Amino acid sequence: MIFMPSRPFEGINILDFTWTATGPFTLNPLAFYGANIIKVESRARYDALRSLGPFKDGRAEPERSFYFSYAQTGKRYNITLNMDHPGAREIARRLVGWADIVADSYATGTMEKWGLDYESLKKIKPDIIMFRTCMHGHTGPLAGQHGQGFILTALSGVDAIIGWPDRAPAGAFGALTDFIAPQFNTICLIAALDYRRRTGKGQYIDQSQHEASLQLMTPLILDYTVNGRDFHASGNRLSGAAPHGIYRCLGDDRWCAIAVFTDGEWQGFCQVIGQPALAADPRFVTLADRKRNEDELDCIVEGWTARRSPHEVMTLMQASGVPAGVVADARDQAEDPQLAHYNFFEEREHPVTGKMPFYHGPCFRLSAAPYEIGRATLIGEHNEYVYTGLLGYSDEEWARLAAEGVI
Amino acid sequence: MDEKNAGMLSPYRVLDLTGERGFLGGKLLGDLGADVIKIEPPGGDPARKLGPFYHDEPHPEKSLYWMGFNTNKRGITLDIATARGREIFKKLCRKADIVIESFDPGYLDGLGLGYGSLEEINPGLIVASITGFGQTGPYKDFKAPDIVLWALSGLGYVHGDADRPPLSPSYPVSYFFSAMQAIIGALIALFQRGTTGRGQHIDAPTLLGLAWATGPEVQGLWPLNGEIVKRSGRIWPRPRTGPDGEVTYINVPLSYPCRDGGVKFFPFVEPGMLPSTNGLTRWVIEEGLASEALQNVDWTTWDWSEVTQEAADAVTESFGRFFMNHTKEELWQGARDRGIQLYPVFTPRDMVAFPQLKIRQYWQEVDHPELDARITYPGAFVKLADGSCEIRRRAPRIGEHNPEIYEKELGMSKQELEKLKRAGVI
Repeated sequence: MIFMPSRPFEGINILDFTWTATGPFTLNPLAFYGANIIKVESRARYDALRSLGPFKDGRAEPERSFYFSYAQTGKRYNITLNMDHPGAREIARRLVGWADIVADSYATGTMEKWGLDYESLKKIKPDIIMFRTCMHGHTGPLAGQHGQGFILTALSGVDAIIGWPDRAPAGAFGALTDFIAPQFNTICLIAALDYRRRTGKGQYIDQSQHEASLQLMTPLILDYTVNGRDFHASGNRLSGAAPHGIYRCLGDDRWCAIAVFTDGEWQGFCQVIGQPALAADPRFVTLADRKRNEDELDCIVEGWTARRSPHEVMTLMQASGVPAGVVADARDQAEDPQLAHYNFFEEREHPVTGKMPFYHGPCFRLSAAPYEIGRATLIGEHNEYVYTGLLGYSDEEWARLAAEGVI
Repeated sequence: MDEKNAGMLSPYRVLDLTGERGFLGGKLLGDLGADVIKIEPPGGDPARKLGPFYHDEPHPEKSLYWMGFNTNKRGITLDIATARGREIFKKLCRKADIVIESFDPGYLDGLGLGYGSLEEINPGLIVASITGFGQTGPYKDFKAPDIVLWALSGLGYVHGDADRPPLSPSYPVSYFFSAMQAIIGALIALFQRGTTGRGQHIDAPTLLGLAWATGPEVQGLWPLNGEIVKRSGRIWPRPRTGPDGEVTYINVPLSYPCRDGGVKFFPFVEPGMLPSTNGLTRWVIEEGLASEALQNVDWTTWDWSEVTQEAADAVTESFGRFFMNHTKEELWQGARDRGIQLYPVFTPRDMVAFPQLKIRQYWQEVDHPELDARITYPGAFVKLADGSCEIRRRAPRIGEHNPEIYEKELGMSKQELEKLKRAGVI
């Protein structure tokens, strides 16, 4: 018998009111493994990420945003439904009846205004799982406040941990928490599906992206709640290693990370740079010695790296068991042999933008379940399939809904 | 334990073999109710040497790193590198649902404890492996501390100030991206097991999680526009397309130094954000710190993709002056009163003081009788209507649950345990 790997979420239906990044990133892994997702937008109120540049060919149009494409690599059906139109309520109710999960990423107020609060959903489908994520969660005085990824990096400490000791933090490059919070969400959402399968019970999930992101900072928070010590960034140095930093290499703005933790790695490092005697130099023998003389040590490291390409530094160091890694720019990343080995980024054809290079599946590989990557959908791309096929409206009814501005 | 507090994953058992690279994953399963057993080498996990420490006393039972990421786990000691240890581990695998590990690729195979061997013992077992680069591929045997992965992923190149080397986080975060991804994979496998009855292996390379997090601004501009994005610190470069289609950038600050730290603010002009931008503008004018350009600005007609660098500087430099005149707390309070989307760059002190988190009862007091203390922890990562997500038990002391697991569950005698202890197996 040929082993046919199954798709774990085959038959799981998700009604997707999420937008921007965190919500879609949460749902993508379910789509990679077989869930059916209907994404609800409207022409008047489309996914806000469609307005965020950069855009393909520099044209700021809703089907051309890089970011929208990037956040929508899980396969979806896309429909327009103007939730502010009274005629939309009945359609939404029917879609809720179809769904196992209703997901949204609005601040408090929007789903409520549309009559899609948890109590109402439960009346339509008693075992529904309502998954909600917003910046501050759905209770408390800030429940109604709209979020921004770059604000969340500030509130969650991600900005504070990236910086030099003599300056205010440099902070995260992008909305890093948009990649942190979804991972907590996906974990919780799959647990809820499993729970429902075993018990028949639905679930209401209220995720504050702030609360989830703070989990990563637990030791720093405990250092404050226990010892009263506040955290301040210290550049690239780390207490348990020296050298530990990012060092200038040959080339225009090229760098390589090197991190020496053990005495064995230190001896390996000295061999690689052709100065075996340095390992016995009283300034650098033990980790404590190296930490004490770290400025001097860093000068020696950079004296050697600055005359070599970052790739040469990495290759020589790693061959001798010394941790090192090229500070990869976008081109290095595009050519990275390890990412290529996992076939991590893939090209996909898109009807408006043509080929886009950065489609991706999950960040792990399962030995007995294949994944499937989708492409970003167009606004209302699957209206016909959903309205006339899935919901069974006649062509005339469908045309009327469109004419009346319901869809 | 009553059902209300049981947690959604309460029927499942997890064996957690991870070092500090994977602690978070097992903890999250425990938060959702799974029975997580942390397996440490005899004498304690090396990560117990990681600071910070309780009252700054370096001691294996006082590592706050350990305590923070091993809540909701029971703890046993076991040396799986010994023959007897392997035997005991296999016995535990018979009744387990998920094993999480963060050894170098191939290490467990070398011990005869790889997925292939464990699958024979328990076909439903799910094994999740956390590594730097993955189980296969040209870099699989590379040494992979956090900074190396941060660098190779593409995140390193875009972080930091333009006038200094690229930055990695001073508090390492790289492995969180695979610890959580491994758990997502494990739960997908668990869900699939409900249909197939079979477990599987999960390969979670940190490099993939971090490369994903670099986002499309980095990954898209090179292949599509031939452009390499560089680090720009507190600046958020805004693209503008010239008449010839060429994209150039103007530099607009996204974060600013203030009197005692940093604040983040961007003058968005989308309709929903206009009240925020107008609010700060009025505030700066009221305090007499607005340049002429800011006094006369009309944000309703402003377009960041059209303005010149000079025009942008003329308004934002007033913001910078204003922020340096205030503390984080003053700016935060004023912003909230005026509906301005401005946020301090929080450090732990700010997090703990933040009212919203208090009102949502985020912080959880956990008893530590062994330290004669009550310690405030971050609590649930999510709020649920049915079943809880919370800290049910503090992190285990070294071998704390050896009697519970070895004697009560595996039926070993006290003498036997004593013998194993002397032989260095537990």
